Amino acid sequence: MDILPILSTLRRHKITAWLLIMQIALTCAIVCNAVFLIGQRLQRMDMPSGIDEHNLVQIKLAYISNRPDATARAQTDLAALRQIPGVQQVALSISLPFAMGGPNSDVMLDARQKQRTLSASNFFGQNLLPTLGLKLVEGRDFQPGEYVDLTTATAALQSGELKGLPQTVIITKAMAERLWPGQGALGKTIYFGQGVPFRVIGVLAGLTRSDSLRNGADYSMVMPISVDLTSGARYVIRCAPQDRAQVLGAALAKLKQIDPRRVVLQKGTYDDVRRAFFANDRAMAGILTGVVAALLIVTALGIVGLASFWVAQRRRQIGVRRALGATRANILHYFQTENFLLATIGIVIGMALAFGINLFLMKHYELPRLPAVYFPVGAIALWMIGQLAVLGPALRAAAVPPVVATRSV
Amino acid sequence: MFAYYLDLALRSLKRNRALTVLMVLAIALGIGASMTTLTVLHVLSGDPLPGKSGQLYYPQIDPRDLTGYLPGKSEAEAQVSWIDGMNLLRAKRADRQALMTGGTVAVQPIRSTLDPFYEGARYTTADFFPMFDVPFLYGRGWGASEDDSSARVLVISSQLNDKLFGSKDSTGQMLQLGDTSFRIIGVLGNWHPTPHFYDLNETDYGENEGVYMPLSTSQDVGYDHDGSVDCWGNGGGGKRVDHSAPCTWLQFWVQLDSPAQVAGYSSFLVHYSQEQKALGRFQRPPNVQLRNVMQWLDYNMVVPDDVRLQNWLALGFLVVCLVNTVGLMLAKFLRRSGELGVRRALGASKRALFAQLLVESGVVGFAGGIGGLLLALFGLWLVRRQPASYAALAHLDPTMLLMTFLLAIGASLLAGLLPAWRACQVTPALQLKST
Repeated sequence: MDILPILSTLRRHKITAWLLIMQIALTCAIVCNAVFLIGQRLQRMDMPSGIDEHNLVQIKLAYISNRPDATARAQTDLAALRQIPGVQQVALSISLPFAMGGPNSDVMLDARQKQRTLSASNFFGQNLLPTLGLKLVEGRDFQPGEYVDLTTATAALQSGELKGLPQTVIITKAMAERLWPGQGALGKTIYFGQGVPFRVIGVLAGLTRSDSLRNGADYSMVMPISVDLTSGARYVIRCAPQDRAQVLGAALAKLKQIDPRRVVLQKGTYDDVRRAFFANDRAMAGILTGVVAALLIVTALGIVGLASFWVAQRRRQIGVRRALGATRANILHYFQTENFLLATIGIVIGMALAFGINLFLMKHYELPRLPAVYFPVGAIALWMIGQLAVLGPALRAAAVPPVVATRSV
Repeated sequence: MFAYYLDLALRSLKRNRALTVLMVLAIALGIGASMTTLTVLHVLSGDPLPGKSGQLYYPQIDPRDLTGYLPGKSEAEAQVSWIDGMNLLRAKRADRQALMTGGTVAVQPIRSTLDPFYEGARYTTADFFPMFDVPFLYGRGWGASEDDSSARVLVISSQLNDKLFGSKDSTGQMLQLGDTSFRIIGVLGNWHPTPHFYDLNETDYGENEGVYMPLSTSQDVGYDHDGSVDCWGNGGGGKRVDHSAPCTWLQFWVQLDSPAQVAGYSSFLVHYSQEQKALGRFQRPPNVQLRNVMQWLDYNMVVPDDVRLQNWLALGFLVVCLVNTVGLMLAKFLRRSGELGVRRALGASKRALFAQLLVESGVVGFAGGIGGLLLALFGLWLVRRQPASYAALAHLDPTMLLMTFLLAIGASLLAGLLPAWRACQVTPALQLKST
């Protein structure tokens, strides 16, 4: 294939050629970054929670009137929910992974430490481990005697009376490895607030936090604190995935029957919780996909338009070449090579631009560096788009009969 | 002349239908995408209280202990504790001041057809209404005496009034919230400050609350509060924060009308912090901030990152569409070199040709603008279907409507400049000879 004649032709159409190159470069740069962003979102949406997501339903209720006996009522509710056919376990929990909001604490390794070692999401409530399906890799679950009521614990913390506080804690493996790299965590002590000690009795395989994931998505801990509805806790019910709808219905009816003077604030499967948390990411991934598709279409149509123009403009030259012995394939390849050359220059410039855009995004939007793998992907996409778009006009050029050369107009 | 050019332009555009459609489509797509995201950004970064927000300030102090303290780096606390809030409120150093927090209350409708429901509430002090220029449909807000006596009085939103009383004047009626009965003394007019600037713990762009009651009353009755609680030392958060607990959970706003007052209030806050440190309540050196509404929204980065990102993306898309249009227009104009050569030979000046070609690109821009507007309306409809809290706000206002057209025509004129200039450079003789 002769590249020199193509280059000399392009030199005569500098502006148009550069416009096409610029368009390909911009498209390449934006597509690389957009595809990278889509990948980031999808990866985020895949984040594990550490709990048995498809086996859980949750109900959040609030009392209409003051209930001084809320603790006892919680026991009644829990016992009644356990009786529902299909129910395997029932918990009362202050929060769930990805539930948005929820308590967190600064954790220290030393009682006199002034800067936190890390911030951990706090999970507490009755019967959490069996219900959520949390897996212990070391140690044990809490024993009934270890639980302290939330109101008692808060009052004890306030008065500095450490005896009224829970003494033990279960932490995630990620947190254990961050606190004591390469050592066993069991039996070690961590401190909250002004040196309040908690002894680690268990290590979980994983449990994702309930609040902002920025502080370390897998730094979570479970504390033996029991709660009731007045502290904003929710009932979490474990059942077989296919029983969820029926168990949820039965549980709502049962709770209403026990005490009609309360309002359901939230109800649904855990899958709903997860879906709500990642709704924005899903929407963003959708928007990005739409923009990438629109960009590629616009660029492809632009190539079609310009190539058609060039073919129309060079009809006579094509006729002359054909008359002088060029085959249809020669003409076809000419336009294909021309497009390949323009696309290649565009892609090279586009790569540099993509890198620049990524630097800008890294600076302003907490994004990681664009992995090198996206560059060849973007290049191949644009080469393909270019070749597909130019095929029609190029075929039309190849169909120009040699006789055109002999016509005067 | 313009009419003649317009006629020429329409004829020329009709001749190459496919190319014209392609150009119009490219502009429409670019404009549609940019206008959708620009409108969302415009709505989200708007001023919640135009004309007033410059006088409203959010004082911040730092009452925490030394744990986690990084000199020069630690930001002042985002909220105030009960003790500091009450101290600042009672000091009355500003023209107006209000201390507040959010909550939810169980409303028990009198009409038995409605089930009890939970409604967002604001527990605040008397100056809230005059300070934020809150309009009233019926009745009025409460005064200092109601604050002092923890009066069982309520102000409700017009939406809640519609729901409970069918939009009739409900002042003087009683409303049962949980176990306590309240007298309604006021119904708000149409008031939706967006973003929800005075308490960003609630969803930033959501509805404002339906029930307003004196802060003292809410504490007296013992209602839970909603929102974030930040504790230090041995403070424990929760739904009911002890008044003496080392926890911040209230918002405090002041109205300061002149720069001198702002400076004065700033030094008052420093002075207050020093005094509290001397008393042993504060441990950190004074760290105060006094931001007005827009600065406070900016500091909290209220506009979601995703929206900004989408905006950049759309602008990039618009640039690609424009480059695309420039290329296509250049191709189109150059193709008509013959025709342009004839016009030049017949006496048309370069200027006249230039004007004619610009009219043609303007027509493309206008058509693209209409297409872009339709696409933007469709885009905004899609945004409204998104799950985000701001979704419902995504509507095109007259400013943005005008901007769509200006952007479309401006962009296509810009795109037409280079091709038109290039096409005007034809040598008439050469073009005439070849035909």
